[in-house]
Amino acid sequence: MIEFDHASIRYSADGPAVLAEVDLTIMEGELVLVVGATGSGKSTFLGAINGLVPHFSGGYLTGEIRIDGRATSQHRPRDLADLVGVVPQDPLASFVTDTVEEELAYTMECLGIAPDVMRRRVEETLDLLGLEELRGRPLRTLSGGQRQRVAIGAVLTAHPKVLVLDEPTSALDPGAAEEVLAALHRLVHDLGVTVVLAEHRLERVVQYADRVIALPGPGISPIIGEPSLVMATATIAPPVVHLARTAGWNPTPITIRDARRQAEPLRQLLSGITPPVRVVPDSSTVASLEALVVAYPDVLALKGVDMSIRRGEIVALMGRNGAGKSSLLNSLVGTIQPSAGRISVDGRDPRSLSGPELVRYIGLVPQDSGDLLEASTVFDECAASDRDARCAPGTTRAIVALLAAEIQDTTHPRDLSEGQRLLLALAIILAARPALICLDEPTRGLDYHTKQRLTEIITDLAKAGHAVVLATHDVELTAELATRVVILADGEVVADGPTAEITTASPMFAPQVAKVLAPGRWLTVGQVHAALTGDVQEDSA
Amino acid sequence: MATATSTLPPVPERLRMHHVNRWLHPVAWWAWAAGLAIAASTTTNPLLLAGLMVSAGVVVELRKPVAPWARSFSFFVKLAILVVAIRVLAQVLIGAPGGTITVIPLPGADLPEWLAGIRLGGDVMLEPVLAAFYDGLRLAAILVVIGAASSLASPARLLKSVPAAVYEVGVSVVVAATFLPQLVADVSRVRANRRLRGRRETGVRGFAAASMPVLHGAMDRSIMLAAAMDSRGYGRAGHRSPTERSLSTAALLAGLVFATIGAYGLLGTGAATWWGPTLVVVGIASAVTSLMLAGRRSIRTRYRPNSWSASDVGTAVIGVLVAGLFFVSAALSPESMATSTSPPMWPTLSVPAVVGVVLAALPAFITPAPPKEAS
Repeated sequence: MIEFDHASIRYSADGPAVLAEVDLTIMEGELVLVVGATGSGKSTFLGAINGLVPHFSGGYLTGEIRIDGRATSQHRPRDLADLVGVVPQDPLASFVTDTVEEELAYTMECLGIAPDVMRRRVEETLDLLGLEELRGRPLRTLSGGQRQRVAIGAVLTAHPKVLVLDEPTSALDPGAAEEVLAALHRLVHDLGVTVVLAEHRLERVVQYADRVIALPGPGISPIIGEPSLVMATATIAPPVVHLARTAGWNPTPITIRDARRQAEPLRQLLSGITPPVRVVPDSSTVASLEALVVAYPDVLALKGVDMSIRRGEIVALMGRNGAGKSSLLNSLVGTIQPSAGRISVDGRDPRSLSGPELVRYIGLVPQDSGDLLEASTVFDECAASDRDARCAPGTTRAIVALLAAEIQDTTHPRDLSEGQRLLLALAIILAARPALICLDEPTRGLDYHTKQRLTEIITDLAKAGHAVVLATHDVELTAELATRVVILADGEVVADGPTAEITTASPMFAPQVAKVLAPGRWLTVGQVHAALTGDVQEDSA
Repeated sequence: MATATSTLPPVPERLRMHHVNRWLHPVAWWAWAAGLAIAASTTTNPLLLAGLMVSAGVVVELRKPVAPWARSFSFFVKLAILVVAIRVLAQVLIGAPGGTITVIPLPGADLPEWLAGIRLGGDVMLEPVLAAFYDGLRLAAILVVIGAASSLASPARLLKSVPAAVYEVGVSVVVAATFLPQLVADVSRVRANRRLRGRRETGVRGFAAASMPVLHGAMDRSIMLAAAMDSRGYGRAGHRSPTERSLSTAALLAGLVFATIGAYGLLGTGAATWWGPTLVVVGIASAVTSLMLAGRRSIRTRYRPNSWSASDVGTAVIGVLVAGLFFVSAALSPESMATSTSPPMWPTLSVPAVVGVVLAALPAFITPAPPKEAS
């Protein structure tokens, strides 16, 4: 169905090849997962399938890429629209119309499909993806999972043979991600659609894949094969694979089911050992919320939330999209005015603090960390940050060097990778040394390596006495570093307690290691490794 | 089932027409507004202009949907007020001298003789100020009417009426239509984020700095949207020869130039000219023909196209009628359309123009209400 025939892509005539001599065939009805670190050429690979690379993006293609016999060099993306459906990373940015029904019809309108056929296919797609209730809804009022399903439906109505998805679950809460993946699984099995998808959160998708294409780096030819074979040696792997390596299981399991079958001896071995508990020493409270209510014109975002945050704590704020996580963070920094209740950050009302005062108490890295950046070089950005935070010149630059040594002074912040941009924004926040640091969805779009580094940085910050609050959908991140988990649902706190207790209590929020080793409350591969090698349980903060 | 449906009484015509909430065809709203705008351009009578604005306001109040773009009407009203204020203020401060009735005596700068015709300050005279006020009011009425159409007609539905033949134009229009509302949202978000960096939120410099991330973000999104449209087959089958392509583009451009010159003749000179309306008609005809010729090659189909039912046609016809009545009025009693300012006189009214003003508000009652859930 998809043939890469010695295909190389470079973005300038004499520049390095981003994809070099790629030679592979994807069969009809396969679900193929593309993995690779940031900058490994994943987006280029996906874009090349429907000809956006090089027709839209510019660049040079040598060799051939054929989709169902049609060469992308001869066909523009719009000429492949009946064959390849592309679902981009941010569905909202790709929506052309404004209601669900119109969006589903748009591709068909462009292809000139007869009106009665369109009517029928829209109805079929509404049923297939469970969108019936949403048909007249404006697109911007949909939740993340609903948007993603509409975006899939919008290309599916054209009956494409190939579906290309770029990180379909990265912005979704665990429940919504399952929903989307279940829909995809159904398409592959019922309709024989060929699916190519890229995803950083391997733990969510790898079990659905027929084959995995690992892109080791720009210019290096990809490794392609069965998930268990590729995963056995890949540097990027989900926790269950790392657990298998630690325990020495062979063949490498990639699903929880396979892992549990092999895990019986390990469970026996660990049954006598108590999993380490992250303990936060008694410390002072940095922020507290009392009966906090946040109301928007048409919805109550928070309905009386009580919470207090102590120094040294790492609190993971979890819950569905729209459960009130962002509202809570934004009221903590005083961006939104609560309708009722009290917030105190170090004894002060954040609404009353001006910018220069605020940063000394609390810092927030917003979801799109680029929003904080405005200078044209990293150096200027750091200099501006020193002035804002009223600290000695060079302070921010020194923090940047500590967090991400590879960032160059002269780079434009927009040219940094997503992870580097996040670390730069975090460095700017840290310059004023706030007691409380908040991060909104920090791991969205981050690869495993960057996530690992972020985990270490945040753990160090907590040890240094900062309090950290993370709003996140990433259960593995929560398991790695949180000392406490707060689950919000529909604007109320439904669970609040130590990480091990809360995450293992529900399958939705349990990390892979906990699922494999249940009923033991093991959360991370690191904990298991330490227990097996008899290391001191240095996990407790 | 079959027997059950056959025993039901037929749905009364009036129920089908306008008691069921549905969208009016966006082109109908724009035709109505264009008629009102043309009518407003033919007169400086403040009573008629105010009447047109009130009619437009009534229609907006009763038929505006619950949607973000529906709020644009208040923006246009504010803009209209600003236009009148600027026009009058400019006349008071630096406008051409003239008039005999002093309203407010003010000192003025004595300029050297070689600068005759230029004035700085000086006594405020009634006649020129009144003339400026009427003139500003005419522009304000046109703005209010355009604002009414833009808040009544869904921009996305209007876009569906943009011919797919002009690929680049279509992409730009779609991108622009999604760009602006997003930009407004981004500005407020980025401004809030500036506080997180320890800045004070106010100040022109702050705004300038905040514009960088906003523009970057908006740019990225526009590119993503254009890529998405391309991937989904927009502008497919544009298999036209280069000659065909440039011919139709030339015809389109020529048509638009004609229409612009014609519109100037129609609106700019004040006096009725024969060539103004002619050029407008020729220009629009030429542009439409070129689009239709180009569009014949397009394979695009429409999903549940906007239908033209009685109320849609009625609304468009009302626009034409209003413009026609004002032209009739201008022909029958020119003095009622151009209110005299020297000497200042109380504006008079003619029957056709008043009927036009009343007619302009009729769509508020003959059209169906928009659906509750806006798109």
